[in-house]
Amino acid sequence: MGNKLLEAKNISKSFHDPITVQVLKEITFDISKGEFISVIGKSGCGKSTLLYILSTMDTDFEGELLIDGESMKQKKEVELSVVRNEKIGFVFQFHYLLNEFSVLENVMLPGLKLNKLSEKEIEHKAYEKLKILGIEAEALKRPNQLSGGQKQRVAIARALINEPLIIMGDEPTGNLDKKNSDVVFEIFQELVAVYNQSLLIVTHDNEFAKRTHRIIEMEDGRIIKM
Amino acid sequence: MTKKLLIKISKALLLARWKQTLVAAIGVTFSIAMFISLLGFMGGLNNLLDGLMLNRTAHIRLYNDIEPSAKQPVELSEHFKHHYNFVSSVKPKKEQLNIYNSAAIMRNLKKDERVKGVAPKINTQVFFNVGVVDLNGMISGIDVDEESELFLFKDYVVKGNYHDLKTIPNSIILGKGAADKMLAQLGDNITLTTTQGNQFQLKVVGFYQSGIQELDKVQSYASIATAQKLLGESDLYITDIQIKLKDMNLAPAMAREFRRLYKTEAMDIQTANAQFETGSFVRTLISYAVGITLLIVAGFGIYNILNMMIYEKIDSIAILKATGFSGKDVNKIFTSIALSIGAFGGLLGLIFGLVFSLLIDLIPFNTASLPTVTTYPVDYNLYYYIIGAVFSVATTYLAGYFPSRKAATVDPVVIIRGK
Repeated sequence: MGNKLLEAKNISKSFHDPITVQVLKEITFDISKGEFISVIGKSGCGKSTLLYILSTMDTDFEGELLIDGESMKQKKEVELSVVRNEKIGFVFQFHYLLNEFSVLENVMLPGLKLNKLSEKEIEHKAYEKLKILGIEAEALKRPNQLSGGQKQRVAIARALINEPLIIMGDEPTGNLDKKNSDVVFEIFQELVAVYNQSLLIVTHDNEFAKRTHRIIEMEDGRIIKM
Repeated sequence: MTKKLLIKISKALLLARWKQTLVAAIGVTFSIAMFISLLGFMGGLNNLLDGLMLNRTAHIRLYNDIEPSAKQPVELSEHFKHHYNFVSSVKPKKEQLNIYNSAAIMRNLKKDERVKGVAPKINTQVFFNVGVVDLNGMISGIDVDEESELFLFKDYVVKGNYHDLKTIPNSIILGKGAADKMLAQLGDNITLTTTQGNQFQLKVVGFYQSGIQELDKVQSYASIATAQKLLGESDLYITDIQIKLKDMNLAPAMAREFRRLYKTEAMDIQTANAQFETGSFVRTLISYAVGITLLIVAGFGIYNILNMMIYEKIDSIAILKATGFSGKDVNKIFTSIALSIGAFGGLLGLIFGLVFSLLIDLIPFNTASLPTVTTYPVDYNLYYYIIGAVFSVATTYLAGYFPSRKAATVDPVVIIRGK
């Protein structure tokens, strides 16, 4: 499967407060284009910590992280924010939309920040993404007028707006009921199948994980099965 | 981040809690409005008090003083040049109070670029004869037009027409205090005796009130020609030349120059009225201190509200950062929020300040000592408005600086995982 989008080499991380606890131990793996990967493991095994390191939001770790062949280790905060903006889409357990903006504006914001297209084009693209997710009718509503499932779909649309290399999800279905979980999963599957989108999803849900291409199972800060 | 996006996000955050924003802006508005109206009011009063003295005082006054000679005759002698000479019981010499060649001096002064105007004056002592009583008095012979233009003479003539002084021969404008003592009415003839012992009759054409009671009891005015007649002098006789300058601050230096040039005494206003300058400076200082305190208090208000706003918006900040906004962008957003509160509140403050000033200007203010003043004085100094505008933006920027920096350093992981 194509070239490597993301490579993690010997990533370790420790928390030092109040006592030193190593939460990640020598994590090494890589992600290729079009892969749909799930990370599972028990609570506290370090999977969320890993995700935040991979997403460049957490920079306090040892080892090497390459995204699109570039090392993230030496980059400054501003450069990392550009990487996040351009190459990574994020979906959280809680939707985290900005209630001050409409659904459409929420989707558009990362695109406006990237500032590679005109506002009109970004708006057009945002509509497209909402259409893919089947919620274009809600575009002009405020996020707090939507249901939980709808909000999560808006968050996915926002993650897609800059056509990132990879979408990362931190338990994106963790807060949804079965029906909405299925909807979100189907959307993920469609993104992989139709748009060749790479996905890295941290989840508790083994049912969900089983249906992905590859499962990375973690325990005590190590990958035990890949 | 583009400016448009910055404005869009800041605006959304501002309007999301518009009531809170409004409270912050009103804080700025109130303090700027108070600053402007307070300074305008205090400035107005200050100018009024200064004007009491300064309007009627020449910036430089040329005159001859009766004083002992600086050099006694013995010192001029070649023979005693290298001796120590002790002269006891020195007396002032008989000096001409008349300024020599005054017409030429005045012509010369009027040509000077720095001089706004020149007015001649004759000061003489008289006794007013009222029945069996002789009242002490001073008569100033003045050039009515020049005096009016340079020293606002006509503003202080409370009754009668000041112009009659020029057109009616042998006329006098009496000080209000002196007139009250003499029970003199307009049109009355009064008798006075000059220091030379001559008696004259003058017609009362007006009353003069300066606001300084002691002065009004003795000071009266006549035309130059009348004063010359009282003294029995020629029409060249002038005892004072009063000079108004375009820039008052040049007075001390120019007084020195004139003293040398015209060989007369030259007194500048700063030396003559040093206490006024100190008083005026202290009053200005107090009003600025109060005004700036108001602005600083408003600054703390904005600081509080921005701090609160950032705690409320911390989730939004985290999500902005997760989706690719840098700490710098977040800092810019909150700084621009602070600045727009400051600019908007400040602008309203300037307008309200002007309105308050106009209202104060309408309140009646009548006082016996200030005949020309009918309402409270307000100084509409553009300078106050500029300071207010600059200060409103500067304090809000400072008030927003620390909260914005805090927002910039928010760690999105901590916020997102904290849920």
